[in-house]
Amino acid sequence: MVTIPTMAYELVGYAVFLPLIGFIFNGLFGRKIKSELLVGTIGSASVGIGFVIAGAIFFEMLAAPVHDRVHVVQLVPWIKAGTLSVNVAYQVDQLSILMMLIVTGIGFLIHIYSIGYMHGDPGFWRFFAYLNLFIFAMLNLVMADNFLLLFLGWEGVGLCSYLLIGFWYDRKFEKGTTGDAAKKAFIVNRIGDFGFLIGMFLLFETFGSLEFQTVFLQASAFPERTPVLTWMTLALFLGATGKSAQIPLFTWLPDAMAGPTPVSALIHAATMVTAGVYMVARCSVLFALAPTTMLVVAIIGASTALFAATIGLVQNDIKKVLAYSTISQLGYMFLGLGVGAFAAGLFHVLTHAFFKALLFLGSGAVIHALHDEQDIQKMGGLKSHLPVTSRTFLIGAVAIAGIPPLSGFFSKDEILWKTFSLGYGSLWIIGFIGAALTAFYMFRLYSLTFEGEKRWGHDKHPHEAPLFMTIPLMVLAALSIIGGFVGIPKSLGGGNAIEHWLEPVFEHANEKLAIAGHAAESTEYLLMVLSVAVAVTGILFARRWYATRSEVPQQLSNRFSGLYTLLWNKWYVDELYDATVVNPTVKSSEKLLWRVIDIHAIDWCVNGIARLLGWISRTTRVVQTGVAQNYVFVFILGVVVIIGWIIGK
Amino acid sequence: MEVPLQYYLFLSAIMFAIGVAGVLTRRNAIVVFMCIELMLNSVNLTLIAYSSFLGDVTGQVLVFFVMAVAAAEAAVGLAIVIALFRNKQTINIDEINILKW
Repeated sequence: MVTIPTMAYELVGYAVFLPLIGFIFNGLFGRKIKSELLVGTIGSASVGIGFVIAGAIFFEMLAAPVHDRVHVVQLVPWIKAGTLSVNVAYQVDQLSILMMLIVTGIGFLIHIYSIGYMHGDPGFWRFFAYLNLFIFAMLNLVMADNFLLLFLGWEGVGLCSYLLIGFWYDRKFEKGTTGDAAKKAFIVNRIGDFGFLIGMFLLFETFGSLEFQTVFLQASAFPERTPVLTWMTLALFLGATGKSAQIPLFTWLPDAMAGPTPVSALIHAATMVTAGVYMVARCSVLFALAPTTMLVVAIIGASTALFAATIGLVQNDIKKVLAYSTISQLGYMFLGLGVGAFAAGLFHVLTHAFFKALLFLGSGAVIHALHDEQDIQKMGGLKSHLPVTSRTFLIGAVAIAGIPPLSGFFSKDEILWKTFSLGYGSLWIIGFIGAALTAFYMFRLYSLTFEGEKRWGHDKHPHEAPLFMTIPLMVLAALSIIGGFVGIPKSLGGGNAIEHWLEPVFEHANEKLAIAGHAAESTEYLLMVLSVAVAVTGILFARRWYATRSEVPQQLSNRFSGLYTLLWNKWYVDELYDATVVNPTVKSSEKLLWRVIDIHAIDWCVNGIARLLGWISRTTRVVQTGVAQNYVFVFILGVVVIIGWIIGK
Repeated sequence: MEVPLQYYLFLSAIMFAIGVAGVLTRRNAIVVFMCIELMLNSVNLTLIAYSSFLGDVTGQVLVFFVMAVAAAEAAVGLAIVIALFRNKQTINIDEINILKW
């Protein structure tokens, strides 16, 4: 029976499935459609409508009383087997609507941008089909009301990530092709997904259900430090480290930059990589009951934040710097989650989506203008040629560096403040150093790209990007400026609206954690001043050294050549993994599994059966002499025997 | 005086045995062929004998069928023999052993 929806949240299914329709349409007919504008419009509209629906739901929730903001929309039953019962159902609550707004909003802007960026590409329709499929999967991930549907989205975004990293599958990328980068992303994610699956099995074994509400209700009754909860959350967190590129599974994200830049912005900065953060936040009740896991999350987060930032200091590929920056910022989010400041982590997801999408799209405009040049050593002086891009990029850089009143300041400071005030002083120091490095590498990037003298060839004539690309940049720049105002802390006279908004979601988790220990406001002010000061210092040094091509960086790299080589080679993590995991796997596959087991055991068995049958046939076929009298003789002999047997009986 | 049934049966058994022996031992395809006819006719004799003995006409009807089939078979069989001879210049069935492997 079809009922006319009276509430906006009942439309959530449309928001989720419209991008799927866009994918099917563009995927099937896109090749035939000659008009890029039509393909792009269909792709963008299917996401844009989703954003409108998300906005309507959001305002409806805003108007509703707090206890009436959570809805589960059942669509169809999916799997029923024994005690397992899973539905395609979407949970609309404060957390999922926030993610939905980010995914559809940023997604819509990036779709618009892609119309300009992908102009003229023979795979234009394919690109939009994949992008729409990605949005569909991502919405399933964030809206699902159970772990299995979440996992469907989780794998779906992984697939789209793979397809889009390898979008230009025949292009060279570093030592191989973009296809190799895509495979790396996919395979590294498999390791994380393995953990996710184990976590899900444990969940089902323990709670007998995969639905969020059932699971979390039951989990609340569990005592703290139940071993199974610790293992479960650790396994789930392994999944999160894969998807969100944390130590030890971060190596795929820098390589994912092989994909087109809008993909890097949408999938590998703003949305997909925050899936791990979302998942941990969604399971906050489970994590809150496992303090060991929480500590692991916080430590991994803080160390990733610093570790990736150090690599970002010396990279020369504009997108690589941003990729390491993304890893580092994701580390901050996990640091926030790990210390129990779930809302702060999610706040950073929101602001990071704004400014990192902006930075990536800006880098895309630069790459576009310089005809696929990505090396910042060959840029410089682009400020006058790309006025809109350089200004918006600057806004993004200031936002991520943490200068008030731009958005990055509020979210990052909230995380650092929570880390400090909840008693994780050493983690705070790590995060604090990371913040300084962030400011430094972002302004190194900005100065080398847009300031100083030109270092690009005379054959290039950089020009500002078309409106399709600059409008999303301006919108995102505006959001990067004002985005932080939803989370102004109380000490600065704000209401911390976002924390308040998310409070009901994390209510149980916060009860379990019994967060206490509030340091004095004066300390908070001190920390704020400190982090702003350190950010400003970072910016000043970066500008002084790079905007005017000073000799200092060269001298420094000569003086600390060991450290520089270490950072330049990304701490040799890839080489380490190659040596310890990849090569042993490849070698043992070839030398043992193929040459010994496959050839000598499996092939021997299979061929042996064939040989045996051949031998039997060869030996028995001699009875077929071809002489009819022999057959008659045997026939009659048989008749005689049978008759004799009948008579003798 | 009526001839007893056993006489017919003995005669047909002997005919059948001669036919079998001929099929197994003779090399000439025509002779083998005639031995098969002999076996068929021994069976016919048995059918007639029982038919007469039991006063049931079914056996005689069956004999007509056998004769009709035997006539057709004779035509096909002789045609095969001729075709073989044209190909191999022999009708010695020891040498005709290509129907194998």
